[in-house]
Formats: sequence, structure tokens, C-alpha cells
Amino acid sequence: MRELFGSTIERLLADGSDSETVLASEGGVWSAALWEAIEDSGFTLAAAPESLGGADAGWADLYVIARAAGRHAVPLPLAEALLGNWLLGRCGLEPQSTGLSFAASAQLSLTAGRVSGVVRDVPWGRHVQSVVAVADTKGVGPSLVVLARERAQAVEQSLNVAGEPRDALFFTDATVVDSAPLPNGLSSEVLQIGGALIRSAQIAGALSRLLDMTSEYASQRNQFGKPIGAFQAIQQQLAVFAEQTAAANSAAEAAFVQSDRALNWFAIAVAKVCAADAATQGANIAHAVHGAIGFTQEYALQLYTRRLWAWRGEFGCATRWSQQIGAQVCAVGGEGFWPLLTQDCLSGASA
Amino acid sequence: MAINEFTYSRIPAEAEALRAEVRQFLAQTLTDYPPALRAQSWMGFDAGFSKALGAKGWLGMALPKEYGGTQAGFFARYVISEELLAAGAPVSAHWIADRQSGPLINKFGTHAQRDRYLPAICRGESYFCIGMSEPGSGSDLASIRSTAVRDGEGWRVNGQKVWTTNAHHSHYMIALLRTGDKQTARHEGMSQFIVDLRLPGITVRPIRDLAGGEHFNEVFFDDVYLADDALIGSEGKGWEQVTAELAFERSGPERFLSSMALIKTMIDAIGTQPDALQAAEIGRLTARLATLRNMSLAVTAQLAEGAHPAWAASCVKDLGNAFEQEIPELAQRLLDIEPRQRGGSDHAQVLAYLTQMAPSFSLRGGTREILRGIIARGLGLR
Repeated sequence: MRELFGSTIERLLADGSDSETVLASEGGVWSAALWEAIEDSGFTLAAAPESLGGADAGWADLYVIARAAGRHAVPLPLAEALLGNWLLGRCGLEPQSTGLSFAASAQLSLTAGRVSGVVRDVPWGRHVQSVVAVADTKGVGPSLVVLARERAQAVEQSLNVAGEPRDALFFTDATVVDSAPLPNGLSSEVLQIGGALIRSAQIAGALSRLLDMTSEYASQRNQFGKPIGAFQAIQQQLAVFAEQTAAANSAAEAAFVQSDRALNWFAIAVAKVCAADAATQGANIAHAVHGAIGFTQEYALQLYTRRLWAWRGEFGCATRWSQQIGAQVCAVGGEGFWPLLTQDCLSGASA
Repeated sequence: MAINEFTYSRIPAEAEALRAEVRQFLAQTLTDYPPALRAQSWMGFDAGFSKALGAKGWLGMALPKEYGGTQAGFFARYVISEELLAAGAPVSAHWIADRQSGPLINKFGTHAQRDRYLPAICRGESYFCIGMSEPGSGSDLASIRSTAVRDGEGWRVNGQKVWTTNAHHSHYMIALLRTGDKQTARHEGMSQFIVDLRLPGITVRPIRDLAGGEHFNEVFFDDVYLADDALIGSEGKGWEQVTAELAFERSGPERFLSSMALIKTMIDAIGTQPDALQAAEIGRLTARLATLRNMSLAVTAQLAEGAHPAWAASCVKDLGNAFEQEIPELAQRLLDIEPRQRGGSDHAQVLAYLTQMAPSFSLRGGTREILRGIIARGLGLR
């Protein structure tokens, strides 16, 4: 399924998610034609169970879709819809076939099918029809709720550094579209963890794209009578860029494969840390090699570097995830370190 | 080059099953082996230990049964290797023979050569070193000048090798020597030979490293006569053979686990209540190590399929060396504990040793700059 997903999404996004589309989206335009094409292709439902109209794809196969979303800087909640519908499926709820996002940061209380509170940092919140979030239900524990954006009392608009909407939605006694208790084995942090998972793949995809662009630029741009890529100073920097890109891709893929049927907290934490660190170094080198042209709005480089700067911090920055890993490592001590690393799973922390 | 050379590869279950057994063996065998010695990692020499591994069937795991190997495969070998390194076991006696000389002889050798050398390698009794660098040829390996000239039925060798790890403990050297005209293309006219280091005309002199240890050597060849069957592989194809060997040399766990002993003592010295900086840095090193391991396993999968992942192996080594080099610096940043050559805690001693060894990590087996040059070539820049 992965090969089919990969080739189909690449074709679709190569045509549909060009620089103009991405730039227009930063100006506030919802890329309706591209979203329609994505929905028609069925990708937003890929993770939903077959019985509910999806493809029942696991994260190992979904990896290429999330990665492609980053590789093409898709200005739409494609990766978000994957996660949202995956979680709805896990909770036995109907997938949402129209614009769907999720909120990892939620203070919501659910009573008798009505919800009050706020969800923050919702990707594309102002544009989507529905938002998945975890709400508290008194005496029952956490529930997954589907919120209708139009029932929000207020929307507080916010943009990340790449100009992507990250909005807050306020609800007062609003009827939920759907809800179900979170099943056993799913932590109330599931959307934060899942968010880190999809962002790690998007970073890996964007880095791969940037590496291609930067290597190509270095072999075309001439200074001192030869391509700048012929200078060792540039070659050594691009080698580091390639290593970091490889590390981010390797870490992200490992996280997706190891999370195929159940999110693997450790692998995801590792992926977010490595992808975020790689994003920092990759964006830095891409700009250094491109020189002034890369600093212009017109040149496409910034579409990717600015997204790396945004995505590396979303759903937990590298330091936050590192501290959580570090606390668990220190808890098991020096002798426990290697066994823990080789079992690829930290106790009590699966999602 | 392609990033997809790092396709995620899980260790197969039958290889993974070895892990518990080797851990138990190491716990029993190395009960009183102190951290300061474990810190030597794959520079620690113990012939008895290597023989014990051979007896367990944990050497020559990628070599055919008819030559004494177990044919358990690359991943089984990987599990054993990483467990040995993680424990800081003294593996240097057999390390190079098991890692690359054995596979090289198996790949390029005649039936007679395999028969002669491989069984003893698999028993952990025959040790090899790699004769590449020379006084005038470090990173620029193609400029070597030591020669092997046809002499009757055999070869006559003259010249000098240097920085040869373990030559003073080894029975054989696989030497890269010039057999052809220097006028020919840069990478031609070189051949590989299996040199018995007990032959007349060979002098091995240890060179002390900055910490006083004796790991590397200079080796002199003064009119050394080699029989015809010392040639391994094809005459004039030495460069291609060496290049194939380097993927084995550069992608394994020894390229990022050299500071493992210090990671452990550092975690213990920090204790179970790390401050914010300590938690963040310990977490980050854990993440980097987990990813390096995945990358290294991806290269292993390619080696198992018979591919030549030179580009990917260079990535693993360069990233891995940077990682293992950073650990002593990290220890200095996270803990107010001075390194101690003598006295002090286990952590202080391990820190002293690895602070001094760290510069070599990105020199041995190919320098940082050479590796990055290989990676840049893969990007189409050279």
C-alpha cells in the first residue's frame, strides 16, 4: 500500500501544491481546489477503518503521505486529517470526510453531549469543519470529542512563523458532533504524541526537498569561475546537511513503522528530537549556501525553511521531548540505559 | 546517493533472540571488569575472551559453515557486536578479523585461502590488522609507496605502514601495496596481500598514544618475501577491494558506541533526579543514539543484500563519531566532576580516558573531512 500511496500523493501534490498555492495560502486563502483533489483521492480517510469508509492503513504506510505533505509544504491539514481520522477510528467513531483538524492543547469539559472550554493551536482551525480533541468528562475520564467549528463562540486567530493558521476556538455549552470515551491504552496525551509523529515526517520531507534544492543550486551557481559546489567549504556543509536529512528521515520512518498499530511513545519522542535538531541545522545550511537569493520572498527556499522553523517547535520542542526521555533514562540508571534503548519502548509511556 | 538508503530495518526475531544469551554471558564473564577498562571499548585486548566468544559461535557469524563460520547472518553478528560494545567487553583481539578481514577473504579469496585463514578467525585465535596508512599517505591513501614486486614465484615487499592498530598483537596484516606502475591512473596498480607478520624482514614498533597506551604501530618491510598465494583478490584491484571493505568498517556500532562506558557513569553520577539541563541533554543523546542505531541497521540490511552502501556508511560514521566525541564534553557540561587519570570515582577515570581518546574517533577509519567529501560526491558535487 505504501508504494501506491507514495506515487499517488507525490503526483497529486507535485501538480497541486506549487509555490503560488502555498504563498496564496499564507495570504489567507483556503486552497479549495487542492483540498478537493486530496479528499477525492481518499487520503484524508486513509487511516479510518474499512467498515467506516477508510483504507485501514497503519502508520507504516501513512508515513509517505505525511512526509509528502512536508516535501510539498502542503498548505492544508492533510497530515492533521490522517491523525484525526485515525483516532476517530480507534474510538469507534465515524471518520470526518470534510476538513478535519485536531487540538493537542484542550481545556474542555463534556457534560451530556455538550462541551465548554477552549482548544488552542488548532492547525487550520479557522478553515476546517471539525476539530478532534480530548475533553474531560466528570467522573468518567477523558473522552474524544468532535467539535464543529461553526459552533465555536469565538475564534482567536494566530499564525505560526510560516503563516499557517494555529487558532484558538472557544466553546460554551456547544453540542458536540460526536464523542466517545478514550479506549484503554490511549493516553489523554495521544494528540500531542500523534502531532509530534506527523510533524517529524513533515520535517523529514521538507528537509529532503531543501537538500535537493540546495545541492542543485550549489552546482549551478558560479563564483570565482566555478560552481560554488566545487569548493570544499560548501561541500562539507552540504555533507552535514545530507547527514542530518538522513537522520531525520530515518528517525521519522522508524517512528511511523514502530507505531504502525499503536503509537510508540519512545520512537516518536526520538523522532521529534532528531527531526527538530536536523531542521535547525538544515535550514541554517540551506540559507548559507543560497546566499541572498534564498532570503527573498520570491524564491521558494523560504517556503520550506520557515516551515521547518515552525514545525520543529509544534507539539513539543526538542527540549521538551528530550527532557521527558532524559527523565526516564535517569530513572533506570546507567545499567538500565542500554536495555531500554534496545527494547525501543519506555514503560508506562505508550500511547 | 539517496536518503532512502536508510530504509528502516528491524532486527529479525532469530537474531534478536541472541541478545538475552549474550547479555547473560557478559554479565557472568565480566563480573569484576571495571568501568575504566570497559572504557577502552574495542581497544581492549584479551585473547582468552576472544577465544571464549569463538567457542560460543559468536565470531565469523557472517561466514560460511564450511570455513568454521555459523552463517547466522549480518543481523545476528550485529546483535552480538553491539552487545559486546555496549558492555565495554575487550574485543580488540578479534575485532578487525571478524569485522572485515574475514569477510574480505571470504569474498575475494581462493578456496585454499579461505580454508587456511577463516577457521582460526572463527575460533577467535587468529588476529588481523589493516595495513593502509603510510608516513606519506594518510587521508590520501592512493598515494601509498610501499611496493610488492614480482620475484620468481612470489613477491618482494619493501616500505612502511604506520598507525596500524593492533599490529603488535596480530598474526596477519592485510596490506595495500603498490604492484603496478605509478604512471597509471591514481587508483590503479595497487593490490592487497595477506602478510604473515612473523616473516623475516618485518619489524613492528608500537607508537604510544597521548594517554600512554599502545594500540597503534609502525610496521617496516625490509625485503620481505611473500609466497604467491599471499595476494588476495586480483592483482591491480586493491583499490576497489579496499573500497568495498570500507562499508563494513564504517557503518558498524563501534562508530558510535566508543563512549558508552561514559554515558553509563554519567547517568549514574547525575542520579535519578536530573535537573532540567541534565534531563534535556541525556534525552537528546538517547534520541541521537537510537537514530544512529537505526541508520546503522539500515546499512547492515544493505550489506546483507550484497550492496555497497559506501555513501550511507560514511554518513553513519561521521554522525556517529561526532556523537561519541561529544559525550566527554557533555559530561563536563552536565557535572562538576573533574577527570582523573588515577584516583577519583569510576566516572572521573572513564571521563579522563575518553576525553583523551575522543580526538581519534574522527581520525581512525577515515577522517571527518574525507567522509564528508565522499558524501558530497554522492550529492553530485564532485
